[in-house]
Amino acid sequence: MHLFLLILIPLIGALFLILIPEKHQSLIKWTSAFFGLFGLALSIHIFFVFDKSALGMQFVESIPWIRSFGINFRLGMDGLSLSMVLLTSIIWFTGILVSWDLQERVKEFFIYMFILVAGVFGVFLSLDFLIMFVFLEIAVIPKFVLIHVWGSGKKEYSAIKYTLYLLTGSAFALIAMMMIYLQTMTLDFTQLATLTFSAPFQKIIFILLLIGFGVIIPLWPLHRWTPDGHSSAPTAISMLLAGVIMKLGGYALIRIGIGLFPIGAAFWAPLIAVIAVVNCIYIAFVAMVQKDLKYVVANSSISHMGYVLMGLAAMNTVSLTGAASQMFAHGIMAALFFALVGLIYQRTHTRMIADFGGLAHQMPRAATLFLMTGLASLGLPGFYNFVSEFLIFVGAFKTFPVLATMAILAVVITAIYVLRVVQQIFFGPRNPRWDNLKDISNVEMIPLIILVVVMLGFGIIPAPMTNLIDQGIDPIVQHEVKGSL
Amino acid sequence: MDQFAWLIPTLPLAAFLIIVALTYRFKLLSAIVATSFSLGSLILAISILIQKIQNPKTTETFINWLTITANQQTVLTLQMGYLIDPLAAVMCLIVTLIATLVLLYSIGYMKGDEGFSRYFAYISLFTFSMLGLVISNNYFQTFVFWELVGLCSYLLIGFWFFKPEAADASKKAFITNRWADFGFLVGIIGLFTVFGSFNFTELSAVIGLHQNTLVLLILGLLVFLGPMGKSAMFPFHVWLPDAMEGPTPISALIHAATMVAAGIYLVARGYILFASVDSVMIVIAYIGGFTALFAATIALVQRDIKRILAFSTLSQLGYMMMALGVGSMTSGMFHLTTHAFFKALLFLGAGSIIHAVHDQDIFNMGGLVKKMPITVWTFVIGSLALSGIFPLAGFWSKDEILTVTLQHHFTGLFILGTLVAFLTAFYMFRLIFIALFGDKRSNHHAHESSWTMTLPLLILAILSIVAGLVNTPWFYQWTGMSFSTFLFFKEPEIPVIHWSIAGLSSLAALGGIFVAWIIYAKQHISADKLAERFKGAHTLLLNKYYIDELYGWVFNKGMIGLGKVFNFIDHTLIDGFFDGTATLIRSTGIQLRLFQTGRLQQYALVLFVAIAAMTIWGVR
Repeated sequence: MHLFLLILIPLIGALFLILIPEKHQSLIKWTSAFFGLFGLALSIHIFFVFDKSALGMQFVESIPWIRSFGINFRLGMDGLSLSMVLLTSIIWFTGILVSWDLQERVKEFFIYMFILVAGVFGVFLSLDFLIMFVFLEIAVIPKFVLIHVWGSGKKEYSAIKYTLYLLTGSAFALIAMMMIYLQTMTLDFTQLATLTFSAPFQKIIFILLLIGFGVIIPLWPLHRWTPDGHSSAPTAISMLLAGVIMKLGGYALIRIGIGLFPIGAAFWAPLIAVIAVVNCIYIAFVAMVQKDLKYVVANSSISHMGYVLMGLAAMNTVSLTGAASQMFAHGIMAALFFALVGLIYQRTHTRMIADFGGLAHQMPRAATLFLMTGLASLGLPGFYNFVSEFLIFVGAFKTFPVLATMAILAVVITAIYVLRVVQQIFFGPRNPRWDNLKDISNVEMIPLIILVVVMLGFGIIPAPMTNLIDQGIDPIVQHEVKGSL
Repeated sequence: MDQFAWLIPTLPLAAFLIIVALTYRFKLLSAIVATSFSLGSLILAISILIQKIQNPKTTETFINWLTITANQQTVLTLQMGYLIDPLAAVMCLIVTLIATLVLLYSIGYMKGDEGFSRYFAYISLFTFSMLGLVISNNYFQTFVFWELVGLCSYLLIGFWFFKPEAADASKKAFITNRWADFGFLVGIIGLFTVFGSFNFTELSAVIGLHQNTLVLLILGLLVFLGPMGKSAMFPFHVWLPDAMEGPTPISALIHAATMVAAGIYLVARGYILFASVDSVMIVIAYIGGFTALFAATIALVQRDIKRILAFSTLSQLGYMMMALGVGSMTSGMFHLTTHAFFKALLFLGAGSIIHAVHDQDIFNMGGLVKKMPITVWTFVIGSLALSGIFPLAGFWSKDEILTVTLQHHFTGLFILGTLVAFLTAFYMFRLIFIALFGDKRSNHHAHESSWTMTLPLLILAILSIVAGLVNTPWFYQWTGMSFSTFLFFKEPEIPVIHWSIAGLSSLAALGGIFVAWIIYAKQHISADKLAERFKGAHTLLLNKYYIDELYGWVFNKGMIGLGKVFNFIDHTLIDGFFDGTATLIRSTGIQLRLFQTGRLQQYALVLFVAIAAMTIWGVR
């Protein structure tokens, strides 16, 4: 019952929140934190009871759902899903803590957030395409409201842009799903894995999935919802968006695209590799010239997801393990980035880089944490991001030596824009304009410390996480090897 | 003893953690922790070196840090471990020795600084990273610690982050090194892809079979980019002079004696890779030689005491690289060793002077010899050693390099090397005659520094005098071994003195000192008039050949420009297209809405017209 429970926790939490009157703000927050902690504890518990040596799905649970169509509510978990579930619960919990100072419509905020998280858990645990699709929509829709109501800046534009992009993507995925169903009369991943599809069919399905899920990753040139969406969203929602939602695309593409349609994937792999390079390099250049801090971070997220695409394109165990690792590592790192930007914005009410300078005098804690996050983002050894990037590069170099080399160039450009931002915000002489700013308080440090510890911990001892992901990835790759014979 | 080798880097790491977690508020305690733990590493390094001298057997131990399995087979293993051979043992000694002396010195130098504990934490982290690099048994681990020393360098150059120049310099150092490390990273990934391993021992076994192949040429050059960045070879040299914005003891430890030497060390460590392709070796030799001359010429005209020393470091690193490139690993490493001592001495001496004068411009110093005799005389010893004056350490190592250059038929590089020896002696004694002797050039109140600062100077001065002896024929006759035979690569090299070469290089060095004496001590020739006469050349040198300006232009016009173009594409073209599509759909919807008015008469009219049209069409 572990997996059902995992999806139910945020839903039950949302129910509880509905029952609490709006005026008891602190009770709402404590209840949210309790459910968040419960979810985190459960996923850590699963991490320890999960059998890392056995291959394949574990904790499989099935309830017949739409009998006449042969659709079952099947959930299961392998190392890949588990790593993503851990990521989600970490960011969920820390996101609740980061939203502690929220004043406006607190109750609805957390309810929408909880529904979103339930959807995300559902996507990572589904063993049926239809179920996954439904959960995907559940994860995507609440975000519209969250950006529209609690956002900042040109939030209406950003919210509708986000929604239109993602729903258009869903339409492509939906077409692919219906084509698969008409061909096989099942959407169950386990059953689909036993079937072989003709090469032309695989090619069509894969490109539909690539567009559909690629929007979420996001894939150039379908990436434009990201900078506006991130920048307008409230802090915790940016954390979830960059930390988790963007990973849904990569996850679904590995699980369905590469896992079930290997010939199609192999056919389109060179295209993915080229787009990966564009994502890495082009967006890094775009990030370099942004004037708004949150836009820098948002663009950096797109650039970093380019590494994930590179890992997907190479389609071997090393590169895919790297890609999934990068999804985890980037999720933590992006959450930390957005949390810090949020904390600084909350104090200064500006995000324009030019307004800052010398902030390390007033906010040494923020400076230290921001620098650490920046170093993680530029792939410094010691952080898990380095491990995953290294795995991607090693894996990708085998298949696409030239394109992989070009993608590696992004580590230089990332260093340029990250260190530039660090210098412009934190270094330099003391700026009296910010003299009465308070540094991050001890309480506010809690979620940040959690994220830093995860990032550094797996950076120094990566084997528990990479082995876990490897356990999930390898059967997918082996199936692909068999499928292409 | 080797089984304790892992403790050498672990002790400074422990010091770092203790300072960060416990003693951050207690400044002096932080310093004591850092210094004593480093001393512990030094004692371990000495005992390991002694043991290696008695029994020069290589020991290797590692753990599998990360493995990826595919279909029950291991496809990737990343190791963390240590490889202790004579090369690593020597380098461990240099790093721990200089680190301990610099830490001791810093207690006095950094007194009263707000970031006192932070400073000692960073140095401990640096020492850990540097030692992790030195004892590494594979390219992956080397890369990891390579990046970490780069981080420490960034943190320490920008230690006074409130100074805009320091913040700029630290960023410049990191990014310049990133460009180089990009090549290094691609190179080692390529090595793994082709040969299936990162391990030095395993690689050397297979690389030998692929001598002079194209793939090794490419990979060798890519990997060499890393050392070019770290050791600040042309065209990556721009970061090192700017790195002088950091506290001076840092310049001594990181930017003179140890980290910048890591590039040399890596070439020595991976020597089989580079030596297996002749053209790679030639590239290494000429880049080294060119950097040696290029930097020495810039040093002739600089006014900032630390920058003169920085360009001198560049030049000497070029010397070492040239030695490695012409095919003599031992002479390069020998010069690295002696240079570490006398260059650390010079920087610490410069620090002592700056501490007393509160200025870095040599034309604001002068008349220091009576005020701070220990600093001045140890500085002179360091300069004599650097100039290669018999029988100081630099004489032996420089002579060795010139000898092997000639022996391997690089006559051009030999002449260049001798010229550099002349220039080196000249710019060092220009500095000495202007800054240390003569009249007071400004209203400074210099005084000798405290014992924690002068003791390291004295120890390093003694080492700068005697360290060269370990590679002399006399030492070989006496003990039956020498630096070269201990560190040998392929065939043992027994030290011999070539009197003609030694005479020539000594003549060049003495000539340099003499010219400096004529111009700056006796003032028989006016330096200003010389500068006036060769105005073009002087301006060119003063502006460091305008390379920083060139890079700045490329960055601002090229890269920022490209960023703006891409940003335009994002905002105008892509957004324009998708937003336009959305608008089109919306307006189409608005237009189509006109057809659904809900008025029955209209529908009936359309129906009637349609039926009429169909009837007419059908009849016809």
